[in-house]
Amino acid sequence: MIHNYLFLSIILFCLGIVGVISRRNVFTVFMSIELMLNAANLAFVAFSRIHQSMDGHVLAMMVMAVAAAEAALALAVVILLHKHKSKLDTNVFSLLKG
Amino acid sequence: MGQSVNYLGLIPLFPLLGAVLIGLLHVFFSTKVKFSEKFYGILACVGPVLSFILALKVFIALKALPPESRYLSHKAFTWFSVGDLHIDMGFLADPLSCLMLLFVTLIGTLIHVYSIGYMGGDKNYGKFFAYMNLFLGSMLVLVLGDSPVVMFVGWEGVGLCSYLLISFYSEDTSNVLAGNKAFIVNRIGDLGFVLGMAFLFWGIGASGFDFLSLKANVGNLTPAVALAVCLLLFVGATGKSAQIPLYVWLPDAMAGPTPVSALIHAATMVTAGVYMVARFSFIYSTVELAGNIVAWVGILTALLAAIFGMFQDDIKKVLAYSTVSQLGYMFAGVGVAAYSAGIFHVFTHAFFKALLFLGAGSVIYALHHQQNIWKMGGLKAKMPKTYLTMMIGAFALAGCPPFSGFFSKDEILYSALATGHYGIWMVGVLVAGMTAYYTFRMIFVVFHGTPRDQEAFDHAHESPSVMTVPLIILAVGALFAGFLNLPAIFGGSQMVTHWLAPSLSEHHPHASHFLEILAIGTSVAAFAIGIKIAYSKFGQGAPEPEFKGFAEFAYHKFYVDELYHAIIVQPYKAIGSIIWKTLEPNVTDSPVKAASKLYMVIGTAFKVFQVGYVRIYAIYMILGLSLMSLFLSQSLN
Repeated sequence: MIHNYLFLSIILFCLGIVGVISRRNVFTVFMSIELMLNAANLAFVAFSRIHQSMDGHVLAMMVMAVAAAEAALALAVVILLHKHKSKLDTNVFSLLKG
Repeated sequence: MGQSVNYLGLIPLFPLLGAVLIGLLHVFFSTKVKFSEKFYGILACVGPVLSFILALKVFIALKALPPESRYLSHKAFTWFSVGDLHIDMGFLADPLSCLMLLFVTLIGTLIHVYSIGYMGGDKNYGKFFAYMNLFLGSMLVLVLGDSPVVMFVGWEGVGLCSYLLISFYSEDTSNVLAGNKAFIVNRIGDLGFVLGMAFLFWGIGASGFDFLSLKANVGNLTPAVALAVCLLLFVGATGKSAQIPLYVWLPDAMAGPTPVSALIHAATMVTAGVYMVARFSFIYSTVELAGNIVAWVGILTALLAAIFGMFQDDIKKVLAYSTVSQLGYMFAGVGVAAYSAGIFHVFTHAFFKALLFLGAGSVIYALHHQQNIWKMGGLKAKMPKTYLTMMIGAFALAGCPPFSGFFSKDEILYSALATGHYGIWMVGVLVAGMTAYYTFRMIFVVFHGTPRDQEAFDHAHESPSVMTVPLIILAVGALFAGFLNLPAIFGGSQMVTHWLAPSLSEHHPHASHFLEILAIGTSVAAFAIGIKIAYSKFGQGAPEPEFKGFAEFAYHKFYVDELYHAIIVQPYKAIGSIIWKTLEPNVTDSPVKAASKLYMVIGTAFKVFQVGYVRIYAIYMILGLSLMSLFLSQSLN
């Protein structure tokens, strides 16, 4: 019964991966990353339930805090990127090309 | 047994500390706070004076001991220890080093005092005294070192300081080149010294590498190794003490300030070679061939330098060649195994040569850095103190009885005669005559006759007493130092020879009075003839001569510098240029270049992965993480 939560978590994570890889809009990529984080949270909570311990909950809370901090930072970066090129297409930013 | 005394290490330490202190003050404060010259001068004299006082203490302590156990030692710390080689930073004072100590510190102190006056107004006043103190400290390390290695520290130290001080007026390129020359020529000699030490260690070093152990074990040295050690060490001595073929640096060393010349020629540096040979007398006395080579090189150097000295027109160059010539005598002395005679000549030479240099410095100072003797003349009236003291120095140098130079030079010539080295003796007598000639040629041209440059003459003046008082003290030394070793024929007791006897391995040949009188008679006659010719040519003032034929050849020093330049310097430069332009870019650099090329190729191959899109990097990350997870899950099972 509880395994279904884990399956859901895997599905959400894979969706996130696909989103990060395939989408070009910075916001969509960002939202996909958030999706992956929440998939991980779900897995944590589910495992916590299985093992009857609070450790998973603690980690989930921490991931949320990290996600919040990351969101603040990421949005600032997005604003700067937009200022720089007036676009939010990730393919525009390819300075690392060898 | 000798005693261990802890103040021995302080003797070199005082001048070295002075050097550090003055150097730091000069570097950090010379721009902000202006210390007066007096402050630097007094600070610089403290170290040498303290060393001199301690040297006297050493002398008194040694005198209290019975002659056969007259040595003091002090081991400061273990310097290094590798395999059989254990080197202590140790100091040894025996009669030989004590004699050196006394006159090195005394004359060093006087030269420091004199420099206070001579260097007045120089903007690098502090730097000068820091170097001077370092120079003296290095020399004291050399003299007191209880093993060849510690001696070598001082040996290198004086080489460094001579370089620093010769190129002291570094605005002028030629001075810097003179400093370079001194340093490089000395390096060649130093290589000989190092190789000599290596051979010595290879031979008998395993059972202790300090002088006392070496002396005890010298019997175990095979003759071939002993000969190699002697010759290689002598190569070192030719570099430091300016003998053929490495004498060329000393005349050029005149580029430095005059007190430096005095210090190099009298107290420190050039005497080091003679001292070293005397210090190793326990080896040299076992190898007669090495002694003969030393003696012949010495006496030929004396002859060559005397020839050059007769045709120089720079007052300091005349003195420089006279030093080379006198060093030749010293080596002739130690070469014929008359070590005490050689060292005694070092001792008396220190007084009269310091005196002559400081006197010449006084003249140069009075004439505002004019060094050409053909621009001088008649200075007798203007500079009576300098004239009188230099006259004493000249008599001593020329070997006029009863001045100090006579006794020491005569001792060497007599020893050569008594040991059957007639060739060396004859050349020595000839050089004695030439010495008298060129010394008095210089004195007559500078001080007698009429002024050649009226304007410079009018401005000339006697030097301040800070300069003349050291001159007078040295003049007293030059006059009376010879009596310390008065030979028996004059009713003396050869105090210096007996004092040195425990340190040296020499056997006094028993010769007839006839030989002794012959030696004295010929050297006095040579002196008289030399001074007679000089007086008849220059006594009443003479115009600047034109150098023609042989004189021109000698004036240009037989073109030895040019010859060395052509056969040594140029090929070296050519080899260097080949290495620089051909060998290095094509051969030695190629592996390095190939390596960099390899990384370029690898880099180009890996470049394709760096696409620059963030999505692709995300894929790499996911792939990597997936592989890691896979590996982890595999290993868990």
